[in-house]
Amino acid sequence: MTVPDGSAIVTGSARGIGAAIASSLAAAGWPVVVNYRGDAEGAAAVAEAIAGNGGRVVAVGADVTEPAQVDRMFKRAEQELGPVMVLVNNAGMRADGLAPQLSADDWQSVIDTNLSAAFHTTRRALRPMLRARFGRIVNVASIIGPRANAGQSNYAASKAGLIGLTKTVAVEVARRGITVNAVAPGLVATKLTEGIGDGLAEAIPARRLGTPEEVAACVRFLVSEEAAYVTGSVLTVDGGLSA
Amino acid sequence: MATQVTNEAVEKVIFDGLVEIGAEGEVTREATLESLDVDSLDLVELSQIIEDEFAVELDADAVKDVKTVGDVIDLVVARGA
Repeated sequence: MTVPDGSAIVTGSARGIGAAIASSLAAAGWPVVVNYRGDAEGAAAVAEAIAGNGGRVVAVGADVTEPAQVDRMFKRAEQELGPVMVLVNNAGMRADGLAPQLSADDWQSVIDTNLSAAFHTTRRALRPMLRARFGRIVNVASIIGPRANAGQSNYAASKAGLIGLTKTVAVEVARRGITVNAVAPGLVATKLTEGIGDGLAEAIPARRLGTPEEVAACVRFLVSEEAAYVTGSVLTVDGGLSA
Repeated sequence: MATQVTNEAVEKVIFDGLVEIGAEGEVTREATLESLDVDSLDLVELSQIIEDEFAVELDADAVKDVKTVGDVIDLVVARGA
């Protein structure tokens, strides 16, 4: 199998794990869409850094919870960088609270962003991938979901759902050379975990938080030609926390 | 841009498309999709081929009752008219 020419979209890549993934895929030779919802400045900085290293890149603002905006983002990618052969669903958020106190809005926004958005992008990505007989979809899940975490019922439900989506879509399209996998990071030092990670390093067998680059390296492997037979799997990246 | 929808054009694109996606046996208007070993995923791909060529969208609902290759051709011609 050969990898066709095409581009990669990384949702929510203005900072954190997404930014590291976008940089890593660019370094692997993929033209990359750096997608953002609110942080145009962050996305521009990520894109500038990638371009500075000789990568082809375009920053595209799109709220991936909206199918029409997803379609616009894909069209821009297709026009400016080529058909989208790699999709990384990384956009995510948290809005914590114990279930009895969690507002309906905080429930819905987390489900929309972490789970439904991945469905919208996946659906848009798959048909061209089916024709190309190649595709790589990687969903950034979490060790929370398969595992409990008090105060994160919405987040856990969204990430568990994302793993279910990953496995089922993987089975649907496997015979067309398309793989669909998830990575499940543990505690990674980003803005999302600011303030919660510091006291927890002791509980992690590796005795430290992970880095965005360590998650990105796993995504880069799953996207590679060598990972063609890996599909429907969840690669845990957590320093042994859930082992 | 999109190709004009005519019976002949649609028939050619669908016949070629079915060969491209690996239909088993001879592709004719009368052949059933089942006999050609065309399953639901193949139909999704065929729908994409049709959309790319004619800008006619076929969703899951539209194709759920098609049986033969001719049914698909007629559906596309009707929708593209």
